[in-house]
Amino acid sequence: MKSESVEETWNLRLYVAGQTPKSITAFANLKKICEEHLAGKYRIEVVDLLKNPQLAKGDQIIAIPTLVRKLPEPLKKIIGDLANTERVLVGLDIRPVSR
Amino acid sequence: MLTAKHNLVAVEKCPTGIRGLDEITNGGLPKDRPTLVCGGAGSGKTLFAMEFLMHGAIKYGEPGVFMTFEETPQDLAKNFYSLGFDLPEMMSRGLIETDHVSITRGEIEETGEYDLEGLFIRLSAAIDAIGAKRVVLDTIEALFSELPNATILRAELRRLFLWLKGRGVTAIVTGESGDKTLTRYGLEEYVADCVILLDFRIVGQIATRRMRIVKYRGSAHGTDEYPFLIDEAGISVLPITSLGLDYPVSKERVSTGVARLDAMLGGKGFFRGSTILLSGTAGTGKTSLSATFADAACRRGERCLYFAFEESPRQIIRNMESIGLDLEQWVKKGLLKFHSARPTLYGLEMHLVTFHKVIEAFTPQVFIVDPISNLIDAGTAPEVKSVLTRLIDYLKMKKISTFLTDLTHFGNSPERTREEISSLIDTWLLLRDIELKGERNRGLYILKSRGMDHSNQIQEFLITNRGLDLVDIYTGSGEALTGSARAAQEAQEKALEMERRHEVDRIRRDQERKRNVLEAKIAALRAEFDAESEELDFLGKEEKKRQKIVAEEQSKMKTLRKGKQSANREKAPKGKVNGKKKGA
Repeated sequence: MKSESVEETWNLRLYVAGQTPKSITAFANLKKICEEHLAGKYRIEVVDLLKNPQLAKGDQIIAIPTLVRKLPEPLKKIIGDLANTERVLVGLDIRPVSR
Repeated sequence: MLTAKHNLVAVEKCPTGIRGLDEITNGGLPKDRPTLVCGGAGSGKTLFAMEFLMHGAIKYGEPGVFMTFEETPQDLAKNFYSLGFDLPEMMSRGLIETDHVSITRGEIEETGEYDLEGLFIRLSAAIDAIGAKRVVLDTIEALFSELPNATILRAELRRLFLWLKGRGVTAIVTGESGDKTLTRYGLEEYVADCVILLDFRIVGQIATRRMRIVKYRGSAHGTDEYPFLIDEAGISVLPITSLGLDYPVSKERVSTGVARLDAMLGGKGFFRGSTILLSGTAGTGKTSLSATFADAACRRGERCLYFAFEESPRQIIRNMESIGLDLEQWVKKGLLKFHSARPTLYGLEMHLVTFHKVIEAFTPQVFIVDPISNLIDAGTAPEVKSVLTRLIDYLKMKKISTFLTDLTHFGNSPERTREEISSLIDTWLLLRDIELKGERNRGLYILKSRGMDHSNQIQEFLITNRGLDLVDIYTGSGEALTGSARAAQEAQEKALEMERRHEVDRIRRDQERKRNVLEAKIAALRAEFDAESEELDFLGKEEKKRQKIVAEEQSKMKTLRKGKQSANREKAPKGKVNGKKKGA
């Protein structure tokens, strides 16, 4: 089971609107969690809606920042600055690495 | 001074294009501000919003954005189509932009701080894409059930409404009614400029839609509950307030279609634009008289709208053929329009809205409701009075002659039937039964007729296969008789009259004969006289001849006696003497 998840690539997209403090915090938090739990098997794409407003419709974005788990399926969304690591892990459906 | 101040800060209005609404709001919704439209499920909030956008795009050249939180774009397109608007086509022309905001609670996790900038960006992009002037958010409250953090949501909604004001768009925000508040999540706190409440209630098994302007900052507005109607043409709101009493009046008279009735009404019929009530018990000929009035109007080339609440149009046309009225020809020519509905189909107010709508569309000069009593029974007295006052004011404003029939019940005095409406009526005709000597006949009289000299007589009302007629009731020997009693009395009088006439004739013939005899005698005497005169003349001539001969004989004899020489001298005086003698 563990080997299976190792081969999965985590395709994550973070929607922000300009360089707001919340966005910066969210990105930093995401980076940290991914490094901790998904080292080497994740990809983060940051979408700035101020530059590409039309992209908001596609993923049904209303809150900023929003993190979308594109892969693995199913699609998951987490809104907020990702301050609560536990909830991010639950939201992304990442099993905590056994210590 | 206060009004002057109000004028200075008068709120600019944005017309909705919804029939009636712009009248009660004095021009529409507050321009460049958000308006909250709230109401229960199925109260017509979405429809209201859709009409606002569509009329904006089509009539007022203001493109609009429809942001839906509940319905999918497919459903939305279907809803628009049901009102006769082609949403995809409008979108392709850049008049309408839609955005479906869909979030499912299950797939969203919330951690930490966030805002709704995404929503702002989407709305902003949609507005910019078509240069929108109008925005609809339907129903933004859906966010409350999907985003758990109400504190953030409230702050963001407050920001959103401020932002909308800043964008210079006129917005409609819809909200579901709460138990004790206007909206379940208290949106009215944020949208402070204009709040409209839509209501859908059922009273006595009859559904009525009502609209109320809860507040409208900086503008006068009607505060009543206005009934409104939703049909294939969208929303129609009916101003509940009366239009006032400053309508134009006409001195023109219109015929009733019954010559004797015209005669009873000062010889000329009703005033154009007046309101006529025809009361009567069952079977007294109310529909026949209405149809005759309609027929007369169509003959004048006027348009007549006939609201039938008891019979179908085909049945009325068939029945009226039996009294010699061909209504079908007028229907075919487009002069007569029937509108049939069951009175219980919907509430009183709804009927009023329907009247307005059909009148607006058909623009008749004559309007008939047969009978109005069923409508009256559908409501309470004050309600009836209010509805009819508005209807009659409206009709008078349009100079439409109105003919209402009223079925009164047996046992009640017809005069007291509708005290609530009698004051609204200009001419009140009463049809009544007259029971006498084992038969029932119809009598018609004029209870009142404002502004004209009218008859005080009860006339017998006859329905024949050649139409309607009125005859004088027999009032000869101290009692009023109708029907066969009248006919019998009349026949008796006729017989007496005949007898008298025969006697006179006989005497006249006698006299004539006598004159003939007299004339014959005169002729005979004259003939005798003439014969005598002739004889005399003849004798005169003979005498002259004879005298001449005698004279000649005498002169001959003289000549013979005295010789030939003196004959010439004596001849002339002799002739003279003869002539003179003859003349004398």
